[in-house]
Amino acid sequence: MKNILEMKGITKEFPGVKALDNVNFEVKTGEIHCLVGENGAGKSTLMKVLSGVYKYGEYSGDIVFENKVRKFKNIKESEQLGISIIYQELALIPEMTIYENIFLGHEIKNKNIINWNETITESKKYLDLVNLKINPSEKVINLGVGQQQLIEIAKALSKDVKLLILDEPTAALNEEESDNLLKLLLDLKEKGVTSIMISHKLKEVTAIADTVTILRDGKTICSLSKEKNEINKNKIITEMVGREINDVFPKRKSKPFDEVCLEVKNINAYNHKLRRQVVKDASFYVKKGEVVGIAGLMGAGRTELAHSIFGNPYGYQVSGEVLVEGKNIDFSNPKKAIKAKIAYVSEDRKGNGLILMQDIKQNISLANLQTLTKGKIINNNQEIMIANKYKDSINIKTPSIEQKVNNLSGGNQQKVSISKWLFSNPKVLILDEPTRGIDVGAKFEIYTLINELISSGLSIVLISSELPEILGMSDRVYVLNEGRIAGELPIEEANQENIIQLATE
Amino acid sequence: MNIIKNYGKDLFSILKENVREYGMYIALLLIITYFTIASGGIFISARNISNLLNQTGYIFILAVGMTLIIVIRHIDLSVGYIAGFLGALAAIFMTQHNIPVLITIIIVLIIGLIIGLWNGFLVAYMGLPAFVATLAGMLIFRGALLLSTRATGTITISNEAFNAISNGYIPDVANIEGVHLLTLIIGLLSVLIYVFSEMRKRKTLIKYKFEVMKKDMFITKLIFISLIISLFFYTLSQYRGISWTVVIIFIVVAIYSFITNKTVLGRHIYAVGGNPEAAELSGISVKKITLTVFGSMSMLAALSGILFASRLQSATTTAGQLFELDAIAAAFVGGVSASGGIGKVTGSIIGALVMASLSSGMNLLGVDVSIQYIIKGLVLVAAVVFDVRTRNKK
Repeated sequence: MKNILEMKGITKEFPGVKALDNVNFEVKTGEIHCLVGENGAGKSTLMKVLSGVYKYGEYSGDIVFENKVRKFKNIKESEQLGISIIYQELALIPEMTIYENIFLGHEIKNKNIINWNETITESKKYLDLVNLKINPSEKVINLGVGQQQLIEIAKALSKDVKLLILDEPTAALNEEESDNLLKLLLDLKEKGVTSIMISHKLKEVTAIADTVTILRDGKTICSLSKEKNEINKNKIITEMVGREINDVFPKRKSKPFDEVCLEVKNINAYNHKLRRQVVKDASFYVKKGEVVGIAGLMGAGRTELAHSIFGNPYGYQVSGEVLVEGKNIDFSNPKKAIKAKIAYVSEDRKGNGLILMQDIKQNISLANLQTLTKGKIINNNQEIMIANKYKDSINIKTPSIEQKVNNLSGGNQQKVSISKWLFSNPKVLILDEPTRGIDVGAKFEIYTLINELISSGLSIVLISSELPEILGMSDRVYVLNEGRIAGELPIEEANQENIIQLATE
Repeated sequence: MNIIKNYGKDLFSILKENVREYGMYIALLLIITYFTIASGGIFISARNISNLLNQTGYIFILAVGMTLIIVIRHIDLSVGYIAGFLGALAAIFMTQHNIPVLITIIIVLIIGLIIGLWNGFLVAYMGLPAFVATLAGMLIFRGALLLSTRATGTITISNEAFNAISNGYIPDVANIEGVHLLTLIIGLLSVLIYVFSEMRKRKTLIKYKFEVMKKDMFITKLIFISLIISLFFYTLSQYRGISWTVVIIFIVVAIYSFITNKTVLGRHIYAVGGNPEAAELSGISVKKITLTVFGSMSMLAALSGILFASRLQSATTTAGQLFELDAIAAAFVGGVSASGGIGKVTGSIIGALVMASLSSGMNLLGVDVSIQYIIKGLVLVAAVVFDVRTRNKK
């Protein structure tokens, strides 16, 4: 069988990170090819290179599509050759009808005047192809996520797609919808469409893949083929996590206390925007002086769980109980959660953690300003002293605490973010991806800080996508899978394999 | 020779580094200088400056409130007609119901506050875009203004105390021909207070080992600003002294500067403007802040309406027209960022001064009103372009 696509020696660097390192990737004509790997392995980056999001010249290596080297400058050029990519976040326009959406950007027209009758007739044809029996005049906003996914595929088909790329298509779907989608992919294979599917769900991968390529840390690890009977779940997991842990973590000197500090009971959270349960009946506890790791794949609901406990700032529908030191707390908004001594260091420090245009001291004091005031008036000198205290103790590298946070490096921004929440004097500190995008030195400093904090009795919930970090820093690990706590592992029993196993089941 | 050279170099580098902050002061100075020369000195005359402030005081007041509205990433289009309507209401209270001036003013301010809370409620709790909510307010209060003046047309206000707000001057301590002594004394005190507080600030900064300006630069700054303050008060003293309008503007600016710089509320307002999500996650209620800021805006609109009615000594059917746009322009010229989180109350006052000086100067030179609009529009664009460009550079 011929290859429809060969990507040779692809390397893509971002400032400070090599996202793809000499990746080779081959897809045969007419197959279903699954691309798997942990969070941050480089799957999405590879697909962005292929589709022209990163244009020719921004990466090195060659893309050979249908036997010719292609130099895409934008998505449109790759689409014209029949490469269509469907992202996790659907790109449909909710207020438009199905037929308008399907033909958006390549309208059926005569001298710039749209032929709506033909558009509707044609759209029915494509809806049949994706087995969707629905009136094409329906607005997309009235459809479920599963149906919207099918509309996206219909849209791709209407552009004469040759290579269909799906980025975690079943992440937001229920079981029945997922089955439907997988069946459709097999149907399309019969009709000669080649597809690449990025997926975390190994059950689905083993069910439909003709070939599986595994990426790890930006490198191609191996390709497994169905013909040679190489595809099985255990093999995939081993290859996904097969890295040796050589990150160094500072030695832990303290042990968790006996008393429980945080207890979370039966948290459910429903996201109205996505119309989906994001946290399902999650219960866990954290002892005083303990680090509890929360592992799980992208979209497993880790951040949503943290938000639910920390006053639910994004307006999910939340039920359940949270106890701090045995007392039921009101966690209906962040202000109350802070008052109950919970602190949350956001995963997205630039987006919703810090106020970039303000200086270090203003950021540090923000969540606990009232302790610096006398009759609502801020004591500036005291604020300066507090900020200087954290600057020294947490080692924020800056010439002055009046420096705008925007001008700091990622690691120092993160230290400001942590300082801010330590200043709120919490009993429970939730760290959401505390070392994302920061350099090795700063990482080590943050790990050391975590150890110091727990030895003084703080309880820490550590959410992380990096398994070595979870394994190196936690006393206990919970694994989330599709919003549910799939398992709890004492650190002695936890390893990369059994965590991934729980996370992908 | 070398000393002078170094001095010049330092001065230039400070101006260059702080071009964003000082830019509008320099622009204002250039505008004043230009019009003074072009008008043969009439522009800077005591009478003209005094009138300029009294005529546009109501915009200054609106610009203060608008600053905070724009800082929290909203806009308020309703303030013009709220001012117009409440000015008419004040006139009706006094002329038709014989309510005393002071009580009238208090009632009108409270009604303003309530209207503002309504706007804030629509924006924060009903989720309406501020543009739409306040556009509706603009229509509603224009209607209300017409309705309240329908029977009488223009309502003439004969109350002297009320009319003094925008036409009167503070009394003098001594009767000296040609000079308003109290104004001079206040001017002198202002300079002293300014110098003293700057020196104290510098001392604290040194105490906390912060970077401070070089001593010669610091002295230059002190002298320069003291000179401007002195000149301002000297000019006013040559005519009839400080007007009540100036006193009111000063009090409002002082209160709002204090709130924004020193209080928790002020810090929360700028946090919400800088990053609403981060503010919410820090335990700040974005909704309550929005409500507060809109409430304060319309209360200031009420004050603005009082100033305007007092200035004209009557309530007219067209009062309030386009006030909101002048206030918004003043804020943007004064360096308030359209993307939120940045902007000072004092900046907007300078912005309002720039716009008022442009109008007054062009009027003196007999520039056609159509051209005046075009020039002011271009100045607004230039100011925002300057703001955006210098910000992106950093």
